Amino acid sequence: MTTYPLNGRGAIAPQPTSDPHDAVLQMAESLRWQIGQGFHEHLMEDIYTNAAQLADRAVTRPGEKPRFDLDRTIDRIVTSRIWGFPMMIAMLAIVFWLTIIGANYPSQFLASILIDTMVPLLHQIAAAIGLPWWLSGLLIDGMYLATAWVVSVMLPPMAIFFPLFTLLEDFGYLPRVAFNLDNAFKKSGAHGKQALSMMMGFGCNAAGVIATRVIDSPRERLIAIITNNFALCNGRWPTQILIASLFVGALAPAYISGLVSALAVVGIAVLGVLLTFVVSWSLSRTVLRGELSTFSLELPPYRPPRVLQTIYTSLIDRTLYVLWRAVVFALPAGAVIWLIGNVTVQGVSIAEYMVNFLNPAGILFGLNGVILLAYVVAIPANEIVIPTILMLTVMMLGVTGDVGAGAGVMFELDEPLAVKSLLTAGGWTLLTAVNLMLFSLIHNPCSTTIYTIYKETGSKKWTAVSALLPLALGFTVTFFVAQIWRLAAMWLGS
Amino acid sequence: MQTQIQHTPDGCVTCPVHNAGNLKKLGIDMSDWDYVVALAGNPNTGKSTVFNALTGLRQHTGNWPGKTVTRAEGGFSYADSRYKLVDLPGTYSLLSTSLDEEVARDFILFGQPDVTIIVLDATRLERNLNLALQVLEITDRAVACLNLMDEAKRHGLVVDDRRLARDLGIPVVPTAARYGRGLPELLQAVHEVATGQTVCKPYRIKSESSAVQKAINQLVQQLQAAFPGLPNARWVALRLLDGDQSIIRAVRNGELGHLNAPAPQQNNRIELEVLA
Repeated sequence: MTTYPLNGRGAIAPQPTSDPHDAVLQMAESLRWQIGQGFHEHLMEDIYTNAAQLADRAVTRPGEKPRFDLDRTIDRIVTSRIWGFPMMIAMLAIVFWLTIIGANYPSQFLASILIDTMVPLLHQIAAAIGLPWWLSGLLIDGMYLATAWVVSVMLPPMAIFFPLFTLLEDFGYLPRVAFNLDNAFKKSGAHGKQALSMMMGFGCNAAGVIATRVIDSPRERLIAIITNNFALCNGRWPTQILIASLFVGALAPAYISGLVSALAVVGIAVLGVLLTFVVSWSLSRTVLRGELSTFSLELPPYRPPRVLQTIYTSLIDRTLYVLWRAVVFALPAGAVIWLIGNVTVQGVSIAEYMVNFLNPAGILFGLNGVILLAYVVAIPANEIVIPTILMLTVMMLGVTGDVGAGAGVMFELDEPLAVKSLLTAGGWTLLTAVNLMLFSLIHNPCSTTIYTIYKETGSKKWTAVSALLPLALGFTVTFFVAQIWRLAAMWLGS
Repeated sequence: MQTQIQHTPDGCVTCPVHNAGNLKKLGIDMSDWDYVVALAGNPNTGKSTVFNALTGLRQHTGNWPGKTVTRAEGGFSYADSRYKLVDLPGTYSLLSTSLDEEVARDFILFGQPDVTIIVLDATRLERNLNLALQVLEITDRAVACLNLMDEAKRHGLVVDDRRLARDLGIPVVPTAARYGRGLPELLQAVHEVATGQTVCKPYRIKSESSAVQKAINQLVQQLQAAFPGLPNARWVALRLLDGDQSIIRAVRNGELGHLNAPAPQQNNRIELEVLA
């Protein structure tokens, strides 16, 4: 029986039932019966035998037994049952610690130039050329300020973190991480290659979603796509690093505060990995049930990282790319923020209406209205969450410094931890910081990633699941953390 | 200038191989190409590094398998010809049905590149040859790039590239792409295959079982009758005997017939975007 499948292009132009084509297929069919089963195995065997013979003729090994093999020795340690996971966490902690220690000073330096010096200067220029107040406000206090925040808050940590991470990648460490995690993925009913797409997700979730193409089974691929968002992406690392060092690190004595903040960020990243397992496990037990597939993972040789080239490419490809994306989204966002901060209805700004409207919900989740509004504004790009929060807080407080006049204008930044004092003035507590870190890990993916998921799955349903499931989970987690936190505080206080 | 000449014996300067200045990296400019070159190989053998070195692009390379799942394209020009270079996903075989393997296989089969560069890891030659043998079943025009020679040396391995070239029946060029070593020679070999100065006689997979051999021969005859001029009838026969659904479909709807299109000369060829 000849059936014409509807997929493929054969269906578009009906082919004349050409005898030779069918003859070929019929002959192939009958020959397959003659050869019997196991042709595929025979073929593979033949290929392997042929390849082995050819390789044997071409390669000569030096007579002696292999001496000390550095690669194998390193592998034995970093993939060991006992040391594998501690090494992984330690490695991450070192990277974050270096980032947090190193980013502090340049951040303040950039802020003092871009904000404390430039904003008054720009205002003077605007006054000199006689710009109307609303135009200079929109341009300087809105668009310029948002961009300046993005650069000063995000550039230093990124410029340190990305090269370090890329060096680890270039060295060959990531496949070992995948190897360590493979067993856990198997237990959660997911494909081991999901470890690889998760690693890509640590850079960018949209890239991670595309990377799931290495997974053959649609079931396991969907699991990998839906859970990819739990890998902290480029846009969210700076938020984590900043909030951790301001609020969590500050709890500890100064000499270990860097280490404590690094561990907090590691904690969030590890939580993301755990969530990946938990969500994969529940998906594979419920809506996405099915067989496990096997695969082979190659552990590549360690290669000495090309330090200068790595630093160059990670600065260009990752740091500047993310920064550029942030700036592109920050410019209109800054304008929007300034507008909603300055357009008033009956004497109250729109931002204030919105924040006040969102505040009760925000408080319920241990966050606040400003943060929720910032996440709405930041759907296109996670990168601008922190700048948006800062600007909205400034507006809500109506802070006025010697820098300029009116809501939404800067305050003095020359004291250390000015950002923290600003946020504390905005009513932030340790709970707010912790829940912001949690919510930043667990919420809907950015719009680019959502679009990529739609393109990859071609299904509105699964796209909606991938977007809403983390969001619902995020609200659940922050809600319970807030309630338990408050109960504990009450119990400890009484 | 002075120092360069000092280090170079006189004869070399006129040799096209020496003259890497012949290479012009065109980045993403792929207009009016004369030849299409595909890059195939196992994951993590340095395909992307070779790609970047030839095109001047900076596709991200990572030291881990599975980095490239879609194909990347770029251009370069060498010895007055313009080349379009397509970096295929790294795969261990072309026989399974995962998306990355299908992208690679369909491009070599339907895209009909003028030259396929098979990037081999010199330190893991046996496993890499598995893929090379499969590629050589599909296409005649191939060059092996015996990459990571620096690492092979570090591990104390000696790889006899001349013997390998004789056995495989295609040019074999030892390289260390990370350091740009061997790339001028690779370009020259690619150029010679593309222009037909070098004609390959690729190794064919030999089967132990005579029943299989007979079946293949029979089917090849039938295929050549149905699709005159089909360039890789043997490979199609192998796939049909293996029950490969997408090849069966291609036979049924006559798609395979496109493959005997006139020998690739200029831009008159059909570029198939199969599954991409």
